[in-house]
Amino acid sequence: MAEGDLTADAAGDVTGHRPELVQLLTPEGERVEHPDYHLDLTPEELRGLYRDLVLVRRIDTEATALQRQGELGIWASLLGQEAAQVGSGRAMRPDDFAFPTYREHGVAWCRGVDPLWLLGLFRGVNLGGWDPTAHNFNLYTIVIGSQTLHATGYAMGIQRDGGGPNGEYPGAAIAYFGDGASSQGDVNEAFVWASVYNAPVVFFCQNNQWAISEPIEKQTRIPLYQRARGFGFPGVRVDGNDVLACLAVTRAALARAREGSGPTLIEAYTYRMGAHTTSDDPTRYRLADELESWKLKDPIERLKAYLVRTGLAESAFFTDLDDEAEKLAQHVREGCRSLPDPEAASIFENVYVEQTVPVARQQEQFAGYLASFVGGEH
Amino acid sequence: MATYTLAKALTEGLRKAMERDPKVVIMGEDVGRLGGVFRVTDGLQKDFGEDRVIDTPLAESGIVGTAIGLAMRGYRPVCEIQFDGFVYPAFDQIVSQLAKMHYRSKGSVRMPVVIRIPCGGGIGAVEHHSESPEAYFAHTAGLKVVACSNPLDAYHMIQQSIACDDPVIFFEPKRRYWEKADFDPAAEADPLWQARVIRPGTDVTVLAYGPMVKTALDAATAAEEEGRSLEVVDLRTLSPLDMDTVLASVRRTGRCVVVHEAPQSVGLGAELAARITEDAFYSLEAPVLRVTGFDTPYPPSRVEEEYLPDLDRVLDAVDRSLAF
Repeated sequence: MAEGDLTADAAGDVTGHRPELVQLLTPEGERVEHPDYHLDLTPEELRGLYRDLVLVRRIDTEATALQRQGELGIWASLLGQEAAQVGSGRAMRPDDFAFPTYREHGVAWCRGVDPLWLLGLFRGVNLGGWDPTAHNFNLYTIVIGSQTLHATGYAMGIQRDGGGPNGEYPGAAIAYFGDGASSQGDVNEAFVWASVYNAPVVFFCQNNQWAISEPIEKQTRIPLYQRARGFGFPGVRVDGNDVLACLAVTRAALARAREGSGPTLIEAYTYRMGAHTTSDDPTRYRLADELESWKLKDPIERLKAYLVRTGLAESAFFTDLDDEAEKLAQHVREGCRSLPDPEAASIFENVYVEQTVPVARQQEQFAGYLASFVGGEH
Repeated sequence: MATYTLAKALTEGLRKAMERDPKVVIMGEDVGRLGGVFRVTDGLQKDFGEDRVIDTPLAESGIVGTAIGLAMRGYRPVCEIQFDGFVYPAFDQIVSQLAKMHYRSKGSVRMPVVIRIPCGGGIGAVEHHSESPEAYFAHTAGLKVVACSNPLDAYHMIQQSIACDDPVIFFEPKRRYWEKADFDPAAEADPLWQARVIRPGTDVTVLAYGPMVKTALDAATAAEEEGRSLEVVDLRTLSPLDMDTVLASVRRTGRCVVVHEAPQSVGLGAELAARITEDAFYSLEAPVLRVTGFDTPYPPSRVEEEYLPDLDRVLDAVDRSLAF
């Protein structure tokens, strides 16, 4: 193929080559081997991953319903991306630190963040508000791509803190972002930084094919994972609907980072089954056929098929899980409805570590204004 | 006593801060081997190593964005933005991320990050090298903004800013980098969040900060020859403003002129005029007047002396104030 006559696109590279996905579990639930990525899980671990997938989807379903009922202002659904998030989330060790976008509900679950915190943000009672250091899970970042630089800086901090006796860092950073974010300057700057400093950071891109209404073709002319090469570190494309492959690939990338071998870009090839958010209407820009084809690749169904066929899970496991999901749903519904609205005074809290006189004065004046109403009620 | 230029005072202040706290790291373009284009970080990489004085890739958003991550890991990054006009690529990271992290996390995350910005004109530079962007940052909740005007303050204020647990935008008056002063570095410093009356007077209060402080002082000296007594206040802190010091002065003199290089509209002068009017209305003999850059882009350097407030424009405003 002549230079200048390139027909690269997001799915294949300039040679027309269709890159192989790293896959360990086919959409039909067949366990397959990959020459570079091995995974040996106990039946209990496999059932644990299935449980995560089911519960995370349930949280998402409940949150979408709560938005429809007016309990949340908006919700960004992760439907279809459960395997990418649970696989990568469970690849993390306690000392690893995740920097999410606003859709990483599955990663939050893996990091032990109560889903009610996530709902608080979308309900409008807080701006996230959980303690990032308590979970090694940063606050959601809504400006697209900004968090990739935070992750890289955090990784530079890990480097400066030094490694253990064998020179390995105790943890690594992992930055989540989407296909749309890959066009952002900050993401590209993060790639440069991570590369030149050889920082222990993993870039985990969930390519869900759509940035609101813009298809991946509006962001790239080559498969996203191949961009890593231009920055000087490895990139790999993994089946984002295969929780086993996502786990194996992310584990390897985190291990590589911790041992001081630098960053990796993982492109988890997946699909946003729902709308961008509850305010979006995907029927305006994409075809139902596309959705139908991805339904056949569902991340939960394939693991269920595998567990059932191999006898690694019995029917009691599924029944118990249904009950657990029901209880979780109840926690989410009732917890959401009883999240208290913040007090007006809280507007002024934590603007600064050391409160300033002008802010304190505004708070005092506003309190006086509120108190001036008859009976003190505004 | 020792003699320091303002640039050298900053270097020594940075050195002190780095000696005191191993978590202090310096990062920016050319800050390491070169010592910065203004040599403010001269010698620091040699003394503290490449891990603590970091020559970064050439991308300002990257500098501030990674500083945020370092702060989350417990470091106290001091970022250098090479010139005022180059801070805008980092604007999103500063305004949307750095300024809000403590608030969004309900206080669990702290952002002890200092962003040093050489600012202002008067050095005959090409465009984007002479700007005064302080109002953008003073307008942003969550940031603190300070401006030093002399070597002594430069030495102490940079250390105090680094010790501050909130993010601080630190403006350095680049055309005053080479001005000298004698001081004893061991002497006690004034608190960071206070303005200072640097020349007492009785007729008109002149408020200035950063590079305009010297201009205001020169104007006060010239005014004295005409029998007019100007009180010059160096604001030092732009966010929060130390209104107690400002109002006390204006109540004494009854008149106020604000001087800054930045364009007039919606600048610091506007905020000061509004607050003085709200809180010292009955003390005022004249409206608060502003002597500022114009509401134009920064002009070519061959006409910058016309754009920049100078002694005569300050005195003209003093005349107009006294004529009320």
